[in-house]
Amino acid sequence: MIRLEKRPTPSRVWAWATPVVAVLATMVAGGIMFAALGKNPVEAIRTIFWDPILGEYAFYYRGQLLVKAGPLILIAVGLSLGFRAGIWNIGAEGQYIIGAICGAAVGLALYPLEARWLVFPLMIAAGALGGLLWAMIPGVLKTRFNTNEILVSLLLVYVAEQILAWMALGPLRNPDGSGFPGSRNLRQYEAAANNELIAGSGMHWGVVAALIAVIFAYILLSRHLMGFHIRLAGQSPRAARFAGVNPERLILFCLGISGALAGLAGLFEVAGPAGQISIDFNTGYGFTAIIVAFLGRLHPIGILLAGLLMALTYIGGEAAQATMGLPAAAIQAFQGMLLFFLLGFDVLTSFRVRLGREAHA
Amino acid sequence: MFGSIDPLVLIASLMVASTPILLAAMGELVTEKSGVLNLGVEGMMIVGAVAGFITAVETGSPALGFIAAAVGAAILSALFAVLTLVFLSNQVATGLGLTLFGLGVSSLMGQGYNGVRPPSSPRVTIPGLSDIPVFALHPMVYISLLLVVAVWWVLRSTRPGLILRAVGESHDSAHALGYSVRGTRFAAVLFGGACAGLGGAFLSLVIVPQWTEGMTAGRGWIALAIVVFASWRAWRVLLGAYLFGGVTVLQLNLQAAGVAIPVELLSMSPYLITIVVLVIISSDRRRAAANAPASLGRSFHASS
Repeated sequence: MIRLEKRPTPSRVWAWATPVVAVLATMVAGGIMFAALGKNPVEAIRTIFWDPILGEYAFYYRGQLLVKAGPLILIAVGLSLGFRAGIWNIGAEGQYIIGAICGAAVGLALYPLEARWLVFPLMIAAGALGGLLWAMIPGVLKTRFNTNEILVSLLLVYVAEQILAWMALGPLRNPDGSGFPGSRNLRQYEAAANNELIAGSGMHWGVVAALIAVIFAYILLSRHLMGFHIRLAGQSPRAARFAGVNPERLILFCLGISGALAGLAGLFEVAGPAGQISIDFNTGYGFTAIIVAFLGRLHPIGILLAGLLMALTYIGGEAAQATMGLPAAAIQAFQGMLLFFLLGFDVLTSFRVRLGREAHA
Repeated sequence: MFGSIDPLVLIASLMVASTPILLAAMGELVTEKSGVLNLGVEGMMIVGAVAGFITAVETGSPALGFIAAAVGAAILSALFAVLTLVFLSNQVATGLGLTLFGLGVSSLMGQGYNGVRPPSSPRVTIPGLSDIPVFALHPMVYISLLLVVAVWWVLRSTRPGLILRAVGESHDSAHALGYSVRGTRFAAVLFGGACAGLGGAFLSLVIVPQWTEGMTAGRGWIALAIVVFASWRAWRVLLGAYLFGGVTVLQLNLQAAGVAIPVELLSMSPYLITIVVLVIISSDRRRAAANAPASLGRSFHASS
């Protein structure tokens, strides 16, 4: 008989070992999936995990790594704060879209003003504010009316997608675009563009913001009273109440921060790699960031690493798509699998696996 | 504007539009009554949609398609059950994972089925009655209504229903009385998965009928919201699902009629109305807390 025995305190070793074990298990299970699709599993795994960093054409992929990792980390850091406190914002995708729309709208309204010192910071502020306000909807509904924030934040993603379509076809459409849907390309607008800071590195302002967010979250969680309240509320809601934690303030804070960061990620994406508001602007970063947050153990440094790894599966997946004809959806399934393995192996953190019959104490 | 539309036709199309959500929400109701919060409804629905579609196309039998959809989605939900009940993983995170995984797997499975037409289901015809639109719908519509009655009756007045509710209200007490908490919950999760799968298949085989990636478009999440709206009661799930179906049909009719409201605004109205309804139903804190199964979302470990 296999049975589980609760550990007195969660194992620190396993807390950090499970992501590694989960990644390895996903590679094995993913290999089986690729084999089932009629592809050489070893070649597929190598194309996804090895070639983008160390392969022949790595110089092209390395830059892409930061481009993809930037928004994932930025969003995941914000989400992790709430997840730690038991506040589930799963609508980051919507906040990402609204942030992009608000930021781009400010940039487009000021077109063709050339003062970059004014335009770009204003766009950043608008992007963060847009995401923040969008996340405040589930926040205020939760604190005022006790509405479930999981459902509201998620349903608002679909609303945001409709707003995006409306903006791309209507108010933000490029007036010089001969009727095509989509806004002006912000990358061609000097004052608003979020271009690479170092050519070929993929380093843009969004990546810088992601790194700042990681440091900020680390200090908040380890040194600041708010961070202590977040951890306390997650580990023991009762103790948190006795310690005088204001649950409503915590809810608004966590949702606000995660919304603002998701909005920022959207803004940096629309002004940089994407370039314009279009109907298919959002690509699911807001959802993948949930996996990144868990894979990184809801810890800022862990999220940094997990974001890079997840970015690798994106670009590796694209490479495998191009060279091996691996379907794009395979990577999505692969990422979902990773989360499953992680959650499954996580049992080892708080439980010991014992063989044999229960000992009588 | 509705002058030319027969009200019975409207009710019939409302019933059809509501059925996927009704099926998924009834399944989730049973799952949540057992104390398990499965947020993977969207993922299970879309896997049911693709599994049912493929099977129906390959075998030419919609009935087999529906069976395959129920089985496929139940297998996916078994994954959730193993993770949350055996490995005691966080139910919220695992449910989200199930949705993300289901979306990926479904588009992987559905490759090559875009633009294919599924076989159409035979209609049950009863002489005399079938001329009335409401009585000439797809059999699954009536099956979903029977399901409401069955779930209501089983939960209210049978022994298995009572055990299920006991497990959901207080798993420690149920365990102490000698009921299998894990077994009961496993069965409830599988039932929820099968129902969600049927709902998905109804979408891909009857409503649309076609396979497109991400075609459930948030219906699984709306089903979850309807369970909350219904305060975990079978009849109110029916009410909630039909209310949602009504909004969907109405906005589609308005779109078709070319009313001067932006299409996007109409398309987002079902989601907005779901949120509004959630707010109204949740605002009475004491009542909302009294209705939710007391052990909802909490992991059970016999020794703790």
